[in-house]
Amino acid sequence: MNAPSNRDATGPPADEQSPSPAKAATVTVLAFSGGFVIMSLELLGGRMLAPWFGSSIYVWGSIITVFMLALALGYLVGGRLSLHGPTLTRFAVIFLCAGCILGPLALAAEPITTWVFDRIHDPRYGSLLAALALFVAPTVVLGMISPYSVSLLVRVREESGKVAGTLYFVSTIGSALGTLATSFYFVLWFEVNNIIITLSATLLALGVAAMVLDRVRVHGG
Amino acid sequence: MLLLQLFFAAPSAAGAWGAEVIHREQSLYQTILVVRRGDLLCLQFSTRQERRNQSCRDETDPDRLVFGYTRMMLAALLLNPEPERIFMAGLGGGSLVVALTDLLPEATIDVVEIDPAVVDVARRFFEFQPGSRTRVIVRDARVFAKRALREGASYDLILLDAYGGDYIPEHLMTAEFLEEIGALLAPGGVVVANTFAHSQLYDHESVTYRQVFGPFYNLKRNDSDNRIVLAMNDSLPPKELLTSNANRWRGAMRPLGVPVASYPRALTTRIDWDRDKRALTDQYSPANLLRERPR
Repeated sequence: MNAPSNRDATGPPADEQSPSPAKAATVTVLAFSGGFVIMSLELLGGRMLAPWFGSSIYVWGSIITVFMLALALGYLVGGRLSLHGPTLTRFAVIFLCAGCILGPLALAAEPITTWVFDRIHDPRYGSLLAALALFVAPTVVLGMISPYSVSLLVRVREESGKVAGTLYFVSTIGSALGTLATSFYFVLWFEVNNIIITLSATLLALGVAAMVLDRVRVHGG
Repeated sequence: MLLLQLFFAAPSAAGAWGAEVIHREQSLYQTILVVRRGDLLCLQFSTRQERRNQSCRDETDPDRLVFGYTRMMLAALLLNPEPERIFMAGLGGGSLVVALTDLLPEATIDVVEIDPAVVDVARRFFEFQPGSRTRVIVRDARVFAKRALREGASYDLILLDAYGGDYIPEHLMTAEFLEEIGALLAPGGVVVANTFAHSQLYDHESVTYRQVFGPFYNLKRNDSDNRIVLAMNDSLPPKELLTSNANRWRGAMRPLGVPVASYPRALTTRIDWDRDKRALTDQYSPANLLRERPR
């Protein structure tokens, strides 16, 4: 393993104390991207629902509620998954799943929202149900990223708070930038569906890249 | 602290122009100001001077339509002189609804206003009393239009006046919305929109209307920063018909102060916008960002 700084006589073996810098960097980039995608998607959610339910405060209320619920569920599931031998490759699978769910959303949004609109007349509950149908699945999967990333980088209990703090910092900075980039620039340059497909492709690419890196590390390290 | 002071100083800044703030309210959607300037009682949706898209009532001459754009919107009656079913998006102070009720006493009017506080202010300060043929519906205009379409409703005249204030509802400016509006129009029906004469939004919006309706009449006047779009699914009536309809309305519109005889010449289908700009769609509708970009 590439952690020469920890190879002193008194310390535990290096791979038990801290992950390699390459692995730490990979996990950090992935956590940042997860945060970015979550908030970009949340902002686009407002755009996707407005033609059916308007853009009033209750539409945003529906979207934020659904994202919070889905993230909460994602944290829970991600934490549980991390108990079963966390590896970078399994972490990458989360990104592949998120990418696979997010891409088709661009095409499915209109028929799903129309279906809800035809059945529920109150725009508050209409927007809530449409947001549930559209955003729960991708957001639950994206929510798994944070707790799982912590499990990949924590080696000793004393450092767990610091590692978690650093990862929350990075992913929340990602969220902030995702919000800013989407609302200031992306909507001015691109169509909503193109942004979603690009986010999806980015998640897939990151997943594949992380898998490749893990292989190189395991076989070449 | 300084920011706070600036914020609260805004109404008294209006006082420097000889205006008195009668009522100030922060609703769910906007800042609502009722301001008195001499004999004029005005409704404003912004504290910013350059964005006072407003509705005024002259208390010495309540019938008179004070603002250019409200008068200009009545040009729709040159394209279809006898609308029976009217849908109006955006109430404002209600002066246009009152004028339409006076001019067309037999017409039914569905007024859709998103902000209940605006309806309340129109009733309290602007003596807006909807008649028995007028329905006031508190709802998003897009939601109303989509629902009305599914219920098979149709209108002879649709007035879009929902773009005032600091924030443009971007889902009310897209090609898809205009297609829904077009589908709500009865044969011979007219859509008239009070929109923007400046910024890149002018180009994008013109391209969008042109894409949905084909050639449309544009109405711009020196006394107004707004421009009025008049569009139909059918081909536009020729100028001669506009002139004969103008003669027909001349007497009835005189008390409102509408220079209706001058409108046929002012209406134009000339393309004076950048045709290469993208149409606004549900996928691409950064209206508020485009509005900040000079042409």
